[in-house]
Amino acid sequence: MTLEVADLQVHYRTLKGDVRALDGVSFSLADGEIVGLAGESGCGKTTLGKSLIRLDGRMRHVGGTAVLDGDELPIGDDKAMNARRWKEVSIIPQYSMSALNPTRKIGKMIAELLRARGKSYREFKDELVRRLELVGLTEKVLDNYPIELSGGMKQRVVMVLSTLLDPSLLIADEVTSALDVTNQRAVAETLVRFRDMGFVKSMIVVTHDLSLVYQIADTIMVMYAGRIVEKAPAETIIKSPKHPYTRALIGALPEVGLEYGDERLQSIPGKPPHLLNPPTGCRFRARCPLASEECEAEPPTVTVEAGHEVSCWKAN
Amino acid sequence: MGRYFRRKLLIYGLTFVIAVSINFAVPRLMPGDPVARMLTRNSVANVESSEAMRGYFNELFGLDVPLWQQYFNYWGALFRGDLGVSVFAFPSPVATVVADALPYTLALLLPSILLSWFVGNALGAMAARNKLLDNGALPIGYVLTAVPYMWLAILLAWVGGIILGWFPVAGGYSFALTPAFTWTFIVDLVHHWFLPFLSLFVVALGGWAIGMRNLVIYELESDYSNYLQALGAPNRLVRRYAFRNAVLPQITGLALQLGVVVGGALVTEVVFAYPGLGSLLLNAISSQDFFLLQGILLFIVIGVLVFNFLADVVYVLVDPRTRLGLEGGQS
Amino acid sequence: MSAEVVLQTERIGRRHEHLYFALRNPKVAIGLAIVLALLLLGLFGPFFLSDSPNEYVGPKSEAPSGEYWFGTTYFGQDVFTQFVHGLRSSYLVGTLGGGISFVIGLAVGFTAGYRGGMVDEVLNMITNVVLVLPALAVLIVISSYLEVRGVVSQAVIIGIFSWPWVARAVRAQTFTLANRDYVDLARLTGKRSWQIIVREIMPNMASYLLMSMILLFGGAILFAAMLDFIGLGPANAVSLGTMMQQSMAWSSLHLGMWWWFVPPGLAITLIVGALYITNVGLDEVFNPKLREM
Repeated sequence: MTLEVADLQVHYRTLKGDVRALDGVSFSLADGEIVGLAGESGCGKTTLGKSLIRLDGRMRHVGGTAVLDGDELPIGDDKAMNARRWKEVSIIPQYSMSALNPTRKIGKMIAELLRARGKSYREFKDELVRRLELVGLTEKVLDNYPIELSGGMKQRVVMVLSTLLDPSLLIADEVTSALDVTNQRAVAETLVRFRDMGFVKSMIVVTHDLSLVYQIADTIMVMYAGRIVEKAPAETIIKSPKHPYTRALIGALPEVGLEYGDERLQSIPGKPPHLLNPPTGCRFRARCPLASEECEAEPPTVTVEAGHEVSCWKAN
Repeated sequence: MGRYFRRKLLIYGLTFVIAVSINFAVPRLMPGDPVARMLTRNSVANVESSEAMRGYFNELFGLDVPLWQQYFNYWGALFRGDLGVSVFAFPSPVATVVADALPYTLALLLPSILLSWFVGNALGAMAARNKLLDNGALPIGYVLTAVPYMWLAILLAWVGGIILGWFPVAGGYSFALTPAFTWTFIVDLVHHWFLPFLSLFVVALGGWAIGMRNLVIYELESDYSNYLQALGAPNRLVRRYAFRNAVLPQITGLALQLGVVVGGALVTEVVFAYPGLGSLLLNAISSQDFFLLQGILLFIVIGVLVFNFLADVVYVLVDPRTRLGLEGGQS
Repeated sequence: MSAEVVLQTERIGRRHEHLYFALRNPKVAIGLAIVLALLLLGLFGPFFLSDSPNEYVGPKSEAPSGEYWFGTTYFGQDVFTQFVHGLRSSYLVGTLGGGISFVIGLAVGFTAGYRGGMVDEVLNMITNVVLVLPALAVLIVISSYLEVRGVVSQAVIIGIFSWPWVARAVRAQTFTLANRDYVDLARLTGKRSWQIIVREIMPNMASYLLMSMILLFGGAILFAAMLDFIGLGPANAVSLGTMMQQSMAWSSLHLGMWWWFVPPGLAITLIVGALYITNVGLDEVFNPKLREM
């Protein structure tokens, strides 16, 4: 078991109060597993990704644990986390295009970063070059400034850099959303290859694009309003989703549901009230075409079959 | 890179042409007859010099040739270094009068601009990572940028010169001394120079500190900083990168701010009766000495342009993005 | 993350939210209070005081007292009356000069950013030229040729020379906004360019525009004060700058008449400083990231 997350709660501090971006998230990740984490923007999936490596200034770790390779991650302690970052947990950020310091040559930046982490650049140089070549870049990029590379090249440099120290867990946060379709495919394949070659043990791929994650993930988790509503093998999620929200996401429930949902979002003033002051019971029920009285109570987590869990009253 | 410099030089060339054209056009387009005004204003006792002046002005404004020819004559004179003759210091040529005052202004401007830039940037960078310092420094910085240059100069002259009596409040050196390369004279020069310098330095300081603080904070929140931190980079490295990148816009800012600081130097000199361009300007205005006025403007424009160009060169040396010419249009 | 999403989805709520935070932001509140207090003094003060601030009303060089709040000048003019009138002309110059440069900067920036191509090249060149031109020096030359100098003419020439940085920033923002989907959509529906600019682009940089307007206002006041101080102030009116000029000309420094030169400079510092601080506060309001937790 690589990663074991239990009842993780992370809040965003705002002037109006705490936004419960993660409100009790539990899941586990096996060695070599690639998990896709899907959901609309604002559902907490990026927060989950960030929580496992670095909380930003407004986030607060409220409760729950994440255990990586048998060692608990000190999520709330930025300093203590530093030792674990990159070596054990690493991230390919959403903003790969601008993730490299624009005024440093790439090689020099990597050297300075390694040295700052107490490692020798010379030791890693050969491996670095080998991996760059693996993703179709040459050693020459180390002598370039980021501005001299194309978007796709920068993305690949970041992918190599993030996984250089062979982390146990890699978080890929919306890595494909800024790319065109051909590049998306290439990046997705590279991620799988990195796993197969053992550069990373397991991976969480955060995305809003179910069709893409379906191609590479072993398991898919769907989040809604700060919680995981359904988790199942990729095939199952796509072929026989159980949660009405998952169905809406993959289009099994036609646009009616989605349009209704957008309208609903637009008319809510302020920050999403469901996360600032979440409703009791099922959080999807206001948008759910199947909602009934029983949904006012907290839905149970039902195991439909081995590895397929749903939080919904209507699952059966 | 070549494109970047070509573009810059084009802009500076154009600016120079426009400044000269403003100089040429303003006296001719303004209502009233500047020649007559100048002469009546300076009803020179000496008939001979009055006559000489009238003849000279008529020739220079030479309103009998067509406008375009006047314009070309104007440029011709300019290239011969002929800026006309000062009325206020008749018959000294404007170029000489300005050149005499220039060292004083430069001695005030250069140290105060550069020093305030360095100190301000250092303060700003410190404020960006220290909440306590930030809360104290920021309001002071804003007040400093809001102070009119001459008012701070007046206050300093009042406190340091009148109340405490530590510094002289008028002139570039004591009247009792004659300029010479002696120890006494140099000490006296510095003694007179200090308050106006301090005034300029202090007013400019706030702006740099605030600018740097905001830029460093911006850089610290930027994607590359976040990525470095996600990879566990120590704060030391992240800050070093942020500082280095934040300084770059400040170099451009230095050039852009120059026009304002020059203005500040002019009024500061007026307060301290410091014998630079500012005091000269005041004399030129009060004696309606238009040639002198235009000569001063021309010198200021040239100075600002040269300084801007130097800042561009420095910028290209430190920022790879311009050096690579991929953002050549950015200015 | 959640905040950004919501900000994009609802627009009506956002306005209210901004107002809500603006009024509760101490920087905005204090800044506006100072600016408004001095504005009211300048607007209504003259009605209660003498119409002619240059009148010789009292004893010469008198220190502040119950009768002459700010003392009297070397000639026996009431400094407080002058001060109040000076405030009025400072606000006038700020509004007019700042307003003119705002309009020019906006027009140039929008046109350059929206049209692009040759138009942009030319406008951008002009902007850069005016930007490097040392404004004060040019203003001095032009004002010294004016036979009659007034507050309005001064404001106009200040306005003409202080717009470039606004134009530059507006141009850059327009560039990015002009390529957004909703602008494309508006273009496809056949709306006119100026309609698109006013309806689609401007509202999306409203906060920025408001803040530049404030900075231009303060800048114009400072510029005017400097011109006045060198003796190029309005001939027929009293301004804060001319007060300082007069006080220096009649050696108030050596006579120790601090009440003559302290109030005008202090007022300018207060107004401009308060404007800057308001701006910082507004920045916090418009960029929720900067709001203090």
